[in-house]
Amino acid sequence: MPPFENLPTDLVLQGIFLLVAGLIVVAAVAVVTLRNIFHSALALILCFSAVAGLYILLEAPFVAAVQVLIYVGAISVLILFAVMLTERVMDPKMGARNEQWWLGLLLTAIAATGLGAIVGFAPWPLSKAPIINDQITALGKEFLTTYVLPFEVASLLLLMALLGAIIIAREKEGG
Amino acid sequence: MSGVPLSWYLTLATVLFAIGLYGTLSRKNAVGILMGIELMLNAVNINLIAFWRFITPHLLTGQIFAVFVITVAASEVAIGLALILAIYRQKKTIDIEEIDLLKG
Amino acid sequence: MELLSPLVPILIIVIKSGVAIFALVTAFAYAVWIERRVMARMQSRIGPNRAGPFGLLQPLADAVKVLLKEEIIPQDAKVPIYLLAPAVSLVPALLSFAVVPIGPEIEILGQKITLYLADLNVGVLYVFALASVGVYGIVLAGWSSGSKYSFLGALRSSAQMLSYELPLGLSVVGALMLAGTLSLVQLVEAQKNAWFILLQPLGFLIFIVSAVAEVNRAPFDLPEAETELVAGYHTEYTSIKWAFFYMAEYINMIVVSSIAVTLFFGGWQGPFFPPAVWYFLKVAAFIFLFIWLRATLPRLRYDRLMQFGWKILLPLSLVNIIATAAIMVWQG
Repeated sequence: MPPFENLPTDLVLQGIFLLVAGLIVVAAVAVVTLRNIFHSALALILCFSAVAGLYILLEAPFVAAVQVLIYVGAISVLILFAVMLTERVMDPKMGARNEQWWLGLLLTAIAATGLGAIVGFAPWPLSKAPIINDQITALGKEFLTTYVLPFEVASLLLLMALLGAIIIAREKEGG
Repeated sequence: MSGVPLSWYLTLATVLFAIGLYGTLSRKNAVGILMGIELMLNAVNINLIAFWRFITPHLLTGQIFAVFVITVAASEVAIGLALILAIYRQKKTIDIEEIDLLKG
Repeated sequence: MELLSPLVPILIIVIKSGVAIFALVTAFAYAVWIERRVMARMQSRIGPNRAGPFGLLQPLADAVKVLLKEEIIPQDAKVPIYLLAPAVSLVPALLSFAVVPIGPEIEILGQKITLYLADLNVGVLYVFALASVGVYGIVLAGWSSGSKYSFLGALRSSAQMLSYELPLGLSVVGALMLAGTLSLVQLVEAQKNAWFILLQPLGFLIFIVSAVAEVNRAPFDLPEAETELVAGYHTEYTSIKWAFFYMAEYINMIVVSSIAVTLFFGGWQGPFFPPAVWYFLKVAAFIFLFIWLRATLPRLRYDRLMQFGWKILLPLSLVNIIATAAIMVWQG
C-alpha cells in the first residue's frame, strides 16, 4: 500500500498521541484535585491504562502488558481497597488540600520549569537504529545475564515487601 | 521511526511528573499522597521507554529499568498501604495533618 | 479496486471481529441452554424443553424476557459508575478472545485469512492483563450499587480473584518455558508432537482449579452466594445491565476454556476433523466440565477458599516451575 504509506501515518500517530496524552493529563489532574478520594482512585486507573496505551505507541508491548497487569490490575485494586476500608473517616466534604498546598504548588512550578528547560535545551542524541528483534526473548536473556543481580535483588525486595506488609497490617492477636 | 517526536513524550512526562508532585505535596489524605507518588513514577517510566525508543532502540536497558521501577512501585504501594491501614487502626484517621505521633 | 486494496486488511479485521463477537454471544446463549439441560439431567429434572425442539429456542425467549424487564436504578446508586460497571465487566471478556487461535491460516478469495484476530508476542500476558481489568467491573458494581450485599460480594470477589490470579499466572509458566514463547499461536505449534497436559499435569491441575475460581463458578462462586449474599455484586442490577454480567461470566468461561485448550491440549490440532472443529469440541468438553463441577460440588467456606489459594495452590505452582526448570536443565 505505497500511496498511503507516508502521508497520513505520521498525522494519525500524532493524533493518537495527543488523544492519549490529553487523557493522561486530564485523568492525572482529576487524581490530585478531586475531593472524593474514591473518584481520584478511579481517575488513577484511567491514567494508568492510558499510559499503557502510550507504551504501545512506543512499540514496547511487554512493558504495556506489565503496566496493565501490575499498575491497573494490582496496584490500583490495592489502592481501591485501602480507600474503601478507610472511607468513612475521610469525609469528601472536608477539604482535600492540606495547609501547605500553595507551597507545594510553588515547588511544583519551580520543578516543572527546571525539567521543562532540560527537555527544551538538552541536545538528545537521537538514534536511527532499528528496534531490536524479538523483544521478549531478548528481555528474558538480559534479565538473566547482564541484569541478574538487580533481578535477584528485586525478587528479594518483593519478598520483603510481602512479609513486611503482612506484619505491619496484621491485627494484634489478643490485644 | 514513529511519527511522534521525542520532545512530545518528554513534555508529557514533565507535565505528569509536575501533577504528581503537586498531588504528593498538597494532599491531606495519605492514600492521595501515595497516588501522587505513583503518578510521578509513571512519568519516569514514560521517559525511560521514550529514551529507549529514540536513543538506544538496539539495547533494552530502558525497558528493563522501567520493569524494575514497576516492581519497586508495587512493593512501595504494598508497604505504604499496610502502614496507612495500621495507622488508621490506631488513630482512626489517615489525615496526615492529624498524624503527629512524634510531636512532644 | 486498486485504490481500495490497502483497505482490505482493515476490512478483514472488522469482519473477523464482528464474526467473533457474534459467535461468542451465540456460544454464550447455548452454553446457558446446555448448562440448564445438563444440570437438569444430573438432578433428575427435565430442564427447559418448551421453546422449540428440545428447548433449543429457550435462549431466544430468555433474551426477549431480559430485554423487556424494567430498568431499575437504586436510589443510593452512584449513577455514572453504576451504569459503567456492567460494560467494564463484559468488554475485557470479549477482548481477551482476540488472541485465541481457533485454526491455522485459510484462504478465501485469494486472501490469506488467519483464524485469530491478533498474534501478539505477549499473548498470554495480554489475556491475564485483561482478566485483571475484569475485576473492576465487579468492584465498581458492588461499590456503586449502594447496597451492603453488593458491597460484600464485591469485596469477597476482588479478594478471591486477586488471590487466584497468582496461581493461575504461575501455573502456565511451566508450559511457557517448554514452548519458549508467550504467543498463543506459537504455543499451539509447539504442541505438535506432545500436548502439554502430558508434560505439565500438575500445572494443568492448578490452572483449571484457579480458573474455576477466577471466573467465579461453583464451587468457588462465593461472590454471588445466593444463600448468604442474595446475589452478591449484581444484586441491584436488572434487565440488560444484569444480562451483561451474566454474559461476562459465561464468556469468561469460554475464554478460560480456550486458554486451557490452547496451553495444554494442543489447541486446534487433532486428526481427521478440520482444526476449528477440534477446537470447538475441546472447548465444549471444558464447558461440560464446568457444569459438571457446579452440579457436583458444594460451595467452599470463604476462609477455606483463601487458605486453599495461598497455602496450597501457590506453593504447588512454584514447585511446578522449579521442577520443570530442573528437568529442562537436566535434559539439556
